[in-house]
Amino acid sequence: MSYRALLAALAALVVVLTLASLMIGPAGIGWSEALRALVSGEGAAGLVMREIRLPRALLGAMIGAALGLSGAAMQGFLRNPLAEPGLIGTSASAALGAVIAIQTGAYAAFALALPLAALAGAGVAVALILLLSGPGGRALTLILAGIAVSALAGALTALVLNLAPSPYAAAEIVFWMMGSLADRSLTHVALAAPFLLIGAVIVLRLGRGLDALTLGEDAAVSLGISLGRLRLGVVIGSAFLVGASTAVAGAVGFVGLVVPHLLRRAVGSRPSRLLPASALGGAAMLLAADIATRLIAPERDLKLGVLTALVGAPFFLHLIRRLGREGE
Amino acid sequence: MTLLQLQALTVRRGQCPVVEDVSLSVAPGEFIGLLGPNGAGKTSLLRGALGILPHEGRSSLAGLGADARARAAAWLPQSREIAWGMSVREVVALGRLPHGGQGADAVERALARMGLHAYAARRATQLSGGEQARVLIARALAQEAPLVLADEPTAGLDPAAQIATMRVFAAHAAAGGAVVASLHDLGLAARHCTRLWVMHRGRLVADGAPGAVLTADLLAEVFHIRAHFAQTPEGPVFQPLNTLGDF
Repeated sequence: MSYRALLAALAALVVVLTLASLMIGPAGIGWSEALRALVSGEGAAGLVMREIRLPRALLGAMIGAALGLSGAAMQGFLRNPLAEPGLIGTSASAALGAVIAIQTGAYAAFALALPLAALAGAGVAVALILLLSGPGGRALTLILAGIAVSALAGALTALVLNLAPSPYAAAEIVFWMMGSLADRSLTHVALAAPFLLIGAVIVLRLGRGLDALTLGEDAAVSLGISLGRLRLGVVIGSAFLVGASTAVAGAVGFVGLVVPHLLRRAVGSRPSRLLPASALGGAAMLLAADIATRLIAPERDLKLGVLTALVGAPFFLHLIRRLGREGE
Repeated sequence: MTLLQLQALTVRRGQCPVVEDVSLSVAPGEFIGLLGPNGAGKTSLLRGALGILPHEGRSSLAGLGADARARAAAWLPQSREIAWGMSVREVVALGRLPHGGQGADAVERALARMGLHAYAARRATQLSGGEQARVLIARALAQEAPLVLADEPTAGLDPAAQIATMRVFAAHAAAGGAVVASLHDLGLAARHCTRLWVMHRGRLVADGAPGAVLTADLLAEVFHIRAHFAQTPEGPVFQPLNTLGDF
C-alpha cells in the first residue's frame, strides 16, 4: 500500500470509529435518532449526544492522536522502539499535578482545577528535564533526566496517596489514574485542544531532524540538524501533547508505545512518515479501545487505561517476539 | 580556492588538548589520507573542523550556518548507525536533506557509484556490515558536497571494497572535490591519496606527498614499526614488518 493510501485508510478508520463512538452507549439511542439529536441538541437524546458522547468521541480521537504522535517522535528521537511518550516524565508529573488537585479538594470546588494542575505538573517536569539534561542535544542525558523526574513524580504521587485523608479519597485518586474518557465535557475538549494543537504543530515539524537522526547524532549534525533545537522540540512538543492528554484523560498507557510499532513497517520505517500515520493510528486505537470499554462491561465503568494496558501488553510481547525472530 | 581552512585549531577533552594548534588547508583535487596511531587525534581533528566539537582557533566550516555547512562538507562518522529498517535508497536519500530533500538523480548517481543499485529496495539493516558501510558512503556522496570528511571509511571492508572505496574518493577529488579520510592502512593511503597528514599526540607532524611523508624515521617515531616499501607497476606497496617494542 502506498503511503498516501495508508494515510487515507487510517483517516477513514478514524472517521468510522468516531461515528461508532457517537452511536454506542448505554442510553440505547437509535442511529438515525442519535445523529438527529446530535445536530438539533434537543431533548434527552440531544443532551446525551452533546454533553456525553460528543466530548467522549472527540477526546478519544484527539488524545489518541496526541499519544500516537508523541510516541512516534520519542521513538524517533531516541532511536529506540521501546521509547514511549511518558519516558521523559511528563505524564507522571501531569498525574502528580492532578492527584494534588484531587487530594486538596481544589477540584471539588472548581472542576478545571484538575486539568490545570496536571498541565502545571507537566510544565514543571519539562523545566526540570531541560535543566537537568543540560545544554547540547544528546539523548542519553534526556533519558536519565526523564527517569529521575518520573521517579520523583511517582514517589510524590505515592506520598499523596499515603497521606490521603480517607479510603474514598485514595480510591478516587487511584481510579482517576487508571485513565478514562467517561464524564468529560466539551469544556475539557476546549481546554485540551489548544495545547494538543500547539504540541502537534511542534512535533510534526521535527520530521527532517528525526530522519537525519537515523544515522546517529554526529551524522545528523553534519546534515545541518541542530540537536539542541530538535531535543527542545521533542521535549516541549510531547510535553504539550502528553501533558494535555493526561490532564483530561488520566494515564492512558501503551498507545504511544504500540501504535508507532504497528505502523513502522507499513510506512517504510522513515520517522517523518511515521509521525502523521501514528497520529491517525493512535486516534483509531484509542477510539476503538474506548468503544470496547462500553461494549465489554457497559455497567461497570471499565477504565480505558486498564483496557489499553490489558490489550497492549500482550500485543507488545507478541511484537517483541516477532522482532526477536527476525533478528534485528 | 580552498575547501577547508584550519587556523591554529585546538580541541580539548576536559583540560587535555587532543588536537593542538593545527593549521591546514584543503584545495580542490586533493585526496588526503589522515594518518596516525590510535589516540593521535584524527577523529577529533575532523569533528573539530566540522564544528561538531567545541574548539579554539578557526575552521572555515565551523563558521558556516548549519545548512550551508552541510552543503559544503559531508561527514562520514566511524560509527555506522542505521537506526530503522529503511530501504537502502531511502537511507542514501537522507544525504539530500540539506538540499530540502530535492535531487533524486543525485541519489541514483550515488547508488550507482557504490554499486548498490541491486540492493536499492532492500532494508539497509538487513545487509552485512560491509554492505551497510557502502550504503553510508553512498549517503555521504549523495550529499554532493565538494568536501567529504570520512573517519576510517575502509574499516571492516573486504579488500576489493577497500580499493573500490579509495577509487571512489579519488574520483571525487579528481572531479574537483576533495576528500579527507582517516586511515589505518598505510598501504592504501600511500597508493591512493595525493597527500598525507600524519598526526601524533594531537599535533600535525608531517604533511606532504605520500613518498615524502612515509619515511623509515617517521614510521619508527610515530607508528613504532618497521616496514617494507616497494614500487610496483600497480603503485607503491607498503607492508609493516615488525613493531619496535610492545605497548
